Amino acid sequence: MKEKDSFSRLNRILPSTNVVFNIMLIMITIACIIPVIFIFIISISSEASLRMNGYQFWPESFSLEAYRFLMREAKIIIKSLGVTILVTAVGTLLGVILTSAMGYALSRREFKLNSFFTMIVFIPMIFNGGMISSYVVNTQFMHLNNTVWALILPLCVSSFNIVICKTFFKTNIPDSVVESAQIDGADHFTIFGRIGMPLAKPMIATIALFLTFGYWNDWFQSSLYITDTQLFSLQALLDRIQRNMEMMTKNPALGITMQEYMKNMPKEGARMAMAIIIIIPIACSYPFFQRYFISGLTVGAVKG
Amino acid sequence: MGKKKRNRWRKSDTQLTVLAIPTTVWYILFSFLPMFGLIIAFKDYKVTGGRSFIYNVFHSEWIGFKNFDFLIKSNDLFIILRNTITYNMVFIILGTVLAIALAIIINMLYSKRKSKVYQTLMFFPYFMSWVVAAYFLDAFLNTDKGLINNMLKDGGQTAVQWYMNPSVWPFILVFMYLWKSTGYNMVIYLSSITSIDQTLYEAAVIDGANKKQQVRYITLPSLKNVIIMMFILNVGKIFYTDFGLFYQLSQGAKGSIFSAVATIDTYVFNALKSSTPIGMTSAATFFQSVACCITIIVANAIVKKVDSDSAII
Repeated sequence: MKEKDSFSRLNRILPSTNVVFNIMLIMITIACIIPVIFIFIISISSEASLRMNGYQFWPESFSLEAYRFLMREAKIIIKSLGVTILVTAVGTLLGVILTSAMGYALSRREFKLNSFFTMIVFIPMIFNGGMISSYVVNTQFMHLNNTVWALILPLCVSSFNIVICKTFFKTNIPDSVVESAQIDGADHFTIFGRIGMPLAKPMIATIALFLTFGYWNDWFQSSLYITDTQLFSLQALLDRIQRNMEMMTKNPALGITMQEYMKNMPKEGARMAMAIIIIIPIACSYPFFQRYFISGLTVGAVKG
Repeated sequence: MGKKKRNRWRKSDTQLTVLAIPTTVWYILFSFLPMFGLIIAFKDYKVTGGRSFIYNVFHSEWIGFKNFDFLIKSNDLFIILRNTITYNMVFIILGTVLAIALAIIINMLYSKRKSKVYQTLMFFPYFMSWVVAAYFLDAFLNTDKGLINNMLKDGGQTAVQWYMNPSVWPFILVFMYLWKSTGYNMVIYLSSITSIDQTLYEAAVIDGANKKQQVRYITLPSLKNVIIMMFILNVGKIFYTDFGLFYQLSQGAKGSIFSAVATIDTYVFNALKSSTPIGMTSAATFFQSVACCITIIVANAIVKKVDSDSAII
C-alpha cells in the first residue's frame, strides 16, 4: 500500500495543473447545481419583486407566500404526491419481482425453454412497436387510459435489467448449488426465494433504485394516458402547470370561484415551489444511493 | 449448449416456466402486441365502437403504402428526420468526448475526496426529470422575467424572445443534453478507468512516459470496449430521441421553433394529441422501428468485423 502511494505521488500531475483542473471542475459543478438554487430563490422571492424585476438571484424582498399558498392547496399536492408514491411503490415492487423471476429462470442452463424465453427478452431489445401502436394497444385493447395501471405497467420491465439479473444469478448460483438444494428436496421456488433473492440483495437494490427514480420522474405516461386530474402525479401536475397555470383553478375540488382564486395566487413563486417539492426528496436521498447506481451502471456497461 | 441432452420434461422445468410466465405475459402485452400493431401503418385504421383492438385491426382496410405517401409528401418529414439524426450524432460525439475528458481529469486530481464531491454533484442533473429541467431553463430564458433577459435589459439591450427564435435552439438543446447526461456518462468511464491495472502505469513511468503519453497509450486504449459498447447502444437509438429534452424544454416543440426542435418523437406525440389521423403517424413510427432495428444490426455487424470481442449481439 505504501509503495503504491509513493508511486502515485511520483506519477502525478503538476500542482499548477491540479489547481487548474480543480477550478475547471468547480465551475462545471456549479453549472450543474445552480439552476436548483436559482429556482429555490425564486420560490422564496416575494411576488411583488418578481413582478417588478423578474427572476433574480438576489430579489428585493423575500416571502414564503408561495409555500403558504401550497399549504393552503395542500389537498391537490397531497393527492398528487399520493399518486406518485403509490405508482412508485407498486411499480418498483412489481418490476423487481417480474425482473428477478425472469432473470432467475433464464439463468438456469438446464431449463428446456431457456432459448425460447431468451428470445422473448431479447427481441424487444432490438425491435419495438413504437409510440403509436403502444398507445393504441394500451388504450383500445387493455383500456388503461385514466387508470393508475397506465402509469405503472408500461415501465415496470426492461430487458436490460433482466439481462443484468440473469448474469448475476448465473455467476452467483452455480448449478452445483441448485442440484444439492434439489437433493435436499427444495424446488426452484424455494431456491429462488431462499437462496437467490437474499444473495442478490445488492443487485436488486440497484434495479429497485433505477425503477424508483424512473417512476418518481415519469410524466410521459401521464401525458399520454391520463386526463383525469384525480390521477395526476406530481410530475404530471408540474407539467400541466407549466403549460397552463389555470389548471389548478379549474380543479373542482376547490370550492371557490376562479377569479378570486387567480387574484390571490402567487403564480410564479408557486410554480417554482412545486418544482422544489419534487426535487427535495431526490436531492436528499441520491447521495446515499449513488453507490448502488454506479455499481448498476458498471454492471450494465460490462455485461451489456 | 448442454452436454447431456435430456428430452424428458422435468418438474424443475415446470417450476422455471411458472417463474417465467408472468414476465412473458407482460412482454406479450406491452412489447409483442405493439409490434403486431405496427401493421396499422399499412391500414386505414378505424375504430369501431365497442369492438376490441384486434377486431379493428383485422377489419380495417389494407391501403398499402398510402400512409407513407402522405408522410413523404408533407414537408415535415425532412425536418424531423434531419433533426433527429443530426442532434443524435452531435450528442453521441460531444457527449462521449466530454465525458471521457472529465473522467480522465477527475481521476488525476490529488484529492480523492474532492473528486468524489465533484462526481456526486455532476451526477445530480441526471436525476432531474425534463419537466423540472424545463422549469430551470424557463427561469433563465423566460421572455419577461428570465435572468438572461433581465441582464440584457439592465445592459440597455432589448430582450430576446428565446422561445420564438429557432437559431439559438440547437445550442440550447446540446447544452442541456450535456448538462443532464455528462455526469452519468462520466461515471461509466470513470469506473472503467479505475479498474485499469495500475502496474501498466508503473511500467510506463519507468519507461519515461509522461502523463499525456500515459493517457494516449494506456487509458484510452483500455476504454476502447466501453466506448464501442456505448457507441453501439447510442447508434442503435439514433432514430429515437430523448422525448422530454425536445418536447419539454421547447415547451411543446411547436410554432416558430418547430424547424429547430421537432424530432420524430415530438412530431408523433403532437400528432397523437391532435386530431391527425392515426395512420400517417403510425407510418412514421413504423419507419422509426424498422430503421432502428436495422441500425443496431448494422452497427453491431461492423463492430464485429473490426473487433469481434466488442460486439454485443
